[in-house]
Amino acid sequence: MDGHLLEPTLYTVKGIAILDNDGNRILAKYYDKNVFPTTKEQRTFEKNLFNKTHRANAEIIMLDGLTCVYRSNVDLFFYVMGSSHENELILMSVLNSLYDSVSQILRKNVEKRAVLESLDIVMLAMDEICDGGIIIDADSSSVMSRVALRTDDIPLGEQTVAQVTNAIHSLFW
Amino acid sequence: MSSFKREKKEEEDGGGNPFQNIEKTTVLQEARTFNETPVNPRKCTHILTKILYLLNQGEQFGSTEATEAFFAMTKLFQSKDVILRRMVYLGIKELSSIADDVIIVTSSLTKDMTGKEDLYRAAAIRALCSITDSTMLQAIERYMKQAIVDRNPAVSSAALVSSLHMTKIAGDVVKRWVNEAQEAVNSDNIMVQYHALGVLYHIRKSDRLAVTKLVAKLTRMSLKSPYAVCMLIRITAKLLEEEGDSGSSNNHLFEFIDSCLRHKSEMVTYEAAHAIVNLKRTSSRELAPAISILQLFCSSPKPTLRFAAVRTLNQVAISHPAAVTACNIDLENLISDSNRSIATLAITTLLKTGGESSVERLMKQISMFVSEISDEFKVVVVQAIRALALKFPRKHSVLMNFLSAMLREEGGFDYKASIADTIITIIEDNPDAKETGLAHLCEFIEDCEHTSLAVRILHLLGKEGPRTKQPSRYIRFIYNRVLLEDPRFRAGAVSAMAQFGATCPDLLENIQVLLTRCQMDPDDEVRDRATYYSNILSRQDKSLYNNYIIEPMKISISALERSLQEYIQGDTEESFDIKSIPVVSPLAAEEIQTTAQKTDGMLSSTGPSKPVQASREENYIKELSNVPELQQLGPLFKSSDVVELTESETEFVVRCIKHSYTKHLVLQFNCTNTLSDLLLENVRVQVDPSEGYNIVKEIPCPKLPYNETGTSYIILQFPNDLSQSVGTFGAVLKFIAKDCDPTTGIPDTDEGYGDEYILEDLEVTPSDQIQRVSKVNWTAAWDEATEANNYSMMNIVFSLSSVSTLEEAIKNVVQYLGLQAAEHSDKVPEGKTVHTLLLAGVFRGGADILAQAKLVLSDTVTMELTVKATEESVAELIVFAIE
Repeated sequence: MDGHLLEPTLYTVKGIAILDNDGNRILAKYYDKNVFPTTKEQRTFEKNLFNKTHRANAEIIMLDGLTCVYRSNVDLFFYVMGSSHENELILMSVLNSLYDSVSQILRKNVEKRAVLESLDIVMLAMDEICDGGIIIDADSSSVMSRVALRTDDIPLGEQTVAQVTNAIHSLFW
Repeated sequence: MSSFKREKKEEEDGGGNPFQNIEKTTVLQEARTFNETPVNPRKCTHILTKILYLLNQGEQFGSTEATEAFFAMTKLFQSKDVILRRMVYLGIKELSSIADDVIIVTSSLTKDMTGKEDLYRAAAIRALCSITDSTMLQAIERYMKQAIVDRNPAVSSAALVSSLHMTKIAGDVVKRWVNEAQEAVNSDNIMVQYHALGVLYHIRKSDRLAVTKLVAKLTRMSLKSPYAVCMLIRITAKLLEEEGDSGSSNNHLFEFIDSCLRHKSEMVTYEAAHAIVNLKRTSSRELAPAISILQLFCSSPKPTLRFAAVRTLNQVAISHPAAVTACNIDLENLISDSNRSIATLAITTLLKTGGESSVERLMKQISMFVSEISDEFKVVVVQAIRALALKFPRKHSVLMNFLSAMLREEGGFDYKASIADTIITIIEDNPDAKETGLAHLCEFIEDCEHTSLAVRILHLLGKEGPRTKQPSRYIRFIYNRVLLEDPRFRAGAVSAMAQFGATCPDLLENIQVLLTRCQMDPDDEVRDRATYYSNILSRQDKSLYNNYIIEPMKISISALERSLQEYIQGDTEESFDIKSIPVVSPLAAEEIQTTAQKTDGMLSSTGPSKPVQASREENYIKELSNVPELQQLGPLFKSSDVVELTESETEFVVRCIKHSYTKHLVLQFNCTNTLSDLLLENVRVQVDPSEGYNIVKEIPCPKLPYNETGTSYIILQFPNDLSQSVGTFGAVLKFIAKDCDPTTGIPDTDEGYGDEYILEDLEVTPSDQIQRVSKVNWTAAWDEATEANNYSMMNIVFSLSSVSTLEEAIKNVVQYLGLQAAEHSDKVPEGKTVHTLLLAGVFRGGADILAQAKLVLSDTVTMELTVKATEESVAELIVFAIE
């Protein structure tokens, strides 16, 4: 066996992409200079990826030497890419955190129009989830506390207990 | 209707997408708003978002444009709006690589990083590190150290992640933060712990002892973060793999990974199972718990878990098929999985683990499912079938029928090529399958739109067809191509026909008629080939056939191209000598193939295709051409594999490569210095050559700092008496050592002291002086050599007492002599006790070598070796060497 032992490194994520329902890029970032160095290669990959995933809702696919986990909602497709030997469950945790964060930002209204309206916050969230390929945080509530979304923007039901107590705290004391 | 639809859609898009149709120039114009005071946060955030959106879409910004936008952006630090400030950080990060003078914002960022607003601090650190270079880093070092141990987890994580990024530009500075990182590992926050471990490992990874200590400490303290545990498993596995077997500490390490199988997070249990199955040392007993974890995952409702499990099982199936058999039922359930990747992996795994009896049943299942999957997966299935065919040669008829059915279906080039490849492999490996295989291929080229594939098949028909029972039937298929297809196709067909003419005397007349017809062809290449072959065939000379039709050119094409270019530029008075081109070894081609096959069974993890590799000699020629002394020695004949002259973990690591020239032997020593407090100068390897060798010149390596590899050379003249050219050389590494400061690498004093280091002995074998040559028709060449009078023959009988199987004996002989086995004679049919090995090669200087080894297996292996060579001394050398 040609040992697919994983090199111990924090650089786990090769790329993150959010595409619309025509396969066009809304946001995408690639973290490894050796993986799709030019925009043209990235676009081709995204088209390819979209064609293979937009019909079958199968959650995971291998493409061009990358493991891609994905999730879709209405007219949005979220992808997280890692090397073909990467622990798929770690990639999945990143994807979930991305999706949940976006969902909280958009108040569960996960669709293209809403993403574009809050594009600035979505960009910040993506930056808080992954920096240069290193997972910074994979817990969506913690990501939310880090992006500059003001607490009073989130409806009470979706706040964490900590956030609510904090809010009450600051009200009364 | 459709146009209406599109209109409506466009309307929707336009209305919904405020970023549609924005232009770079307009946005950059708008960016001037940044200069207004007071800052309007909402407006500026929107403009900044547009800039970032454009960058993200891949829009190219010129350096001046970027710099202007960057400087306008710096004005936004006046605003206290949180979102705007955060967007500015993002902007700084994105533009830092394109804009000039980005360090201008250093002080603003440093202020934010040390300020009170927690929402700023973490992001400011990451932005700051993206604009910092190694000189600036010293200035912010103090703040970074503080940030790493900050109570706020976000700040601490940001600092750790940034320091890891910084190791690329200033590794030694980051190394000084090891104490802070150590402290951060104990953090309560799961991400901080993970990042700290990553940084700590990165700093220490070159120091084995430190890594061992780190692992020992952390495995005891039970980390909270599942990510950190995954990381720790990887570190531990790497440590285990490097140390090899034995050692009690290893058991402790393995126990740790094993205990992780019972972790509460699936991520960790999978990581542990993955590590266990991939460790070389794992025994089948230790494998069992890991396999049962994977088996559990197979029935998970989450596709990702099922995928992960099957992918790993697929890997295990190669090395431990028996262990996976336990999961067969689970795998069979997965064949109908809605995720096609999972289904394909499941079926290929089953193909690997299944017994001979289940082949037919599985093939039936596959044929139902194969039409539904995409080409990429079909290729994977085909590869699995190839492996199966090699494993169960008796099942070739079932598999062959299946493959030919697949060939007839629609499919892209890669898919068709992989099927054809598989059929070719089966034909080459299994003589019983040859006739049916060729028949399928003939049928395929009747209707094949991929020219390159068809030409390959034609070539194969030319090679294999003449040696079947009824060669004439293939000629019809081949000649049909000449009538129907495009020029490349026709040219290939002409070459294939010539092969028949050269090999089957009774068909010669008919072939000549066909070739004459081809000489009327409208295409130049086809006419040229037809004329060429027709002429040679009319001479009726066996040796001409052998050299110019049956055996292909064996020289390196890329070397030929280079030499011809040099020849054209230089003086063309003398005629070009084709002998000066190095012979290409068939090994190089094989190497390429094996690297390609490594991905076998993995899901099309090919990635972008790589350019064809140059042969090993090619690579070395480039390296050696930098040394002027080596230019006078003539063309490089052969380069050996890399020989280790030290253990891999000693103070100095020395590797040797032996380069043979016509009259000279060049020893290349690659030395690595692994001591951080020593600077080596005038590094050379002193060899004590065996009798007959003359040292012509030594080229030392002037300077060898820590962690670098330097090269020194020794040029030796081969002895005139060939029998002396095989021997053992003693070797000692000599150098002048200077103590130096480990961090800067500057020596403490100018005075060094001479020192030496004993290396392992270096052996020179016949294989260093022989290049492999692959003979398609070895028997013809052998017969020709018997008739010709310029060959001398030597014969010897002896017993190989150390080996107990024929395979082992063959491997040893081939390796030691460096000859190429011809006509697949290196494969022994199962159960045989007598075998004949056919070998061919060429000696430095150009003497051809043919050898035949008759092997008989009793308790030990007895071998009768007959060598024919165009020079007597060469034949003597080989016989002498094997004794």
